[in-house]
Amino acid sequence: MSDALSDDGSDINQDDSQEDVIMTPAELIAKLEEAWLNEKFSPELLENKSEVVECVMEQLTHMEDNLQRVKKGDAKASVHRMEIDRIRFMLSSYLRSRLQKIEKFFPHVLEREKSRGEGDPSLLSPEEFAFAKEYYANTETYLKAVALKRMPPNLQTVDMLKAVPEPCLDSFVFLRVKERQDNILVEPETDDQREYVVDLEEGSQHLMRYRTIAPLVSSGAVQLI
Amino acid sequence: MFCEKVTELIRELQRSSDGQLPAFNEDGLRQVLQEMESLYEQNQTDVNEAKTGRSDLIPSIKLRHCCLLRNQRCITAYLYDRLLRIRALRWEYGSVLPANVRFHMCAEELQWFSQYKKSLASFMRSVGGGDGLDITQDMKPPKSLYIEVRCLKDHGEFEIDDGTVILLKKNSQHFLPRWKCEQLIRQGVLEHVVS
Repeated sequence: MSDALSDDGSDINQDDSQEDVIMTPAELIAKLEEAWLNEKFSPELLENKSEVVECVMEQLTHMEDNLQRVKKGDAKASVHRMEIDRIRFMLSSYLRSRLQKIEKFFPHVLEREKSRGEGDPSLLSPEEFAFAKEYYANTETYLKAVALKRMPPNLQTVDMLKAVPEPCLDSFVFLRVKERQDNILVEPETDDQREYVVDLEEGSQHLMRYRTIAPLVSSGAVQLI
Repeated sequence: MFCEKVTELIRELQRSSDGQLPAFNEDGLRQVLQEMESLYEQNQTDVNEAKTGRSDLIPSIKLRHCCLLRNQRCITAYLYDRLLRIRALRWEYGSVLPANVRFHMCAEELQWFSQYKKSLASFMRSVGGGDGLDITQDMKPPKSLYIEVRCLKDHGEFEIDDGTVILLKKNSQHFLPRWKCEQLIRQGVLEHVVS
């Protein structure tokens, strides 16, 4: 599916591929697809890819504009229209799964954002951060107004960080290796002393605990599938 | 027994487990809060007694305190679970809820919903600059460009992308771009005809 996608994306948009330094539309769509799949299958929220989102949005607008100029009944037009639909679905689905995770883990997401160092990249895009903050405030206000403020004085607060479950990093994920990795510790906290170590061959597929390969996902060395 | 009423509240939600929103149980909530208040008052008097040396009261104080905590936890769980259901409704029905659903919500829930709606809308507007992206559309991967739909009720005129205006009349059948009618299908105005 990805090949078909990128080919079409590139031939309708050749004119604006130069302005964003080196990335061709085909690469851009591949990037989006990668981010989308990773986000969809990882139990926790990953780093935001707002440049990709912005570029794809730009591409979509361009493609829509180009389509307006095509005369009615052209067979090529419907192929491109389908293409736009597919890309837009990927983009929406990507943003949706991020938003769902933000809503599900909002206290933890905000906490991580707070404890993040100066230079570290932010997990959330500015829009997502605003959304998360509003969601937190809204939910807190609601709980206060309906029940908490009518409770005894020592019980009027709820520690959201404790009350809302954390993402389960020990869940298992399927992954495909993109860059060869040596000596990955599979079971770091087993009882017997022998460490269990594997090498990940390029192109091979595995089912592993998310926690052990989380750094590889964010560096792009493996792809969740 | 303590905490019985609050488990009843939780059970009520569990019984309608398919994401349906039962009516807000104002009465149940009030009873639990009353129970908490009386537990708290009893504890206050016992704590004062215990301070004067009656250490035999401490276990019962602890027990009551545990019940208080449990009540608090269960109530927040009840309220929070309802919020999640209401949130799911936003994605299903769009920003205007059907009257029968709204009827089951309390005033504060309606307020929460409208705030959530606002946050979501401003998020979608700000996506990627420009006029944003409606991410409540395109819920399923697109299979075909056009789909056949039947109107289930009169909806009036409807404009599609190329400017053509069609009249959606009850029982009429149309061949329309899928991305245009997804919302209407979910609202029950149109029905996807699979032949």
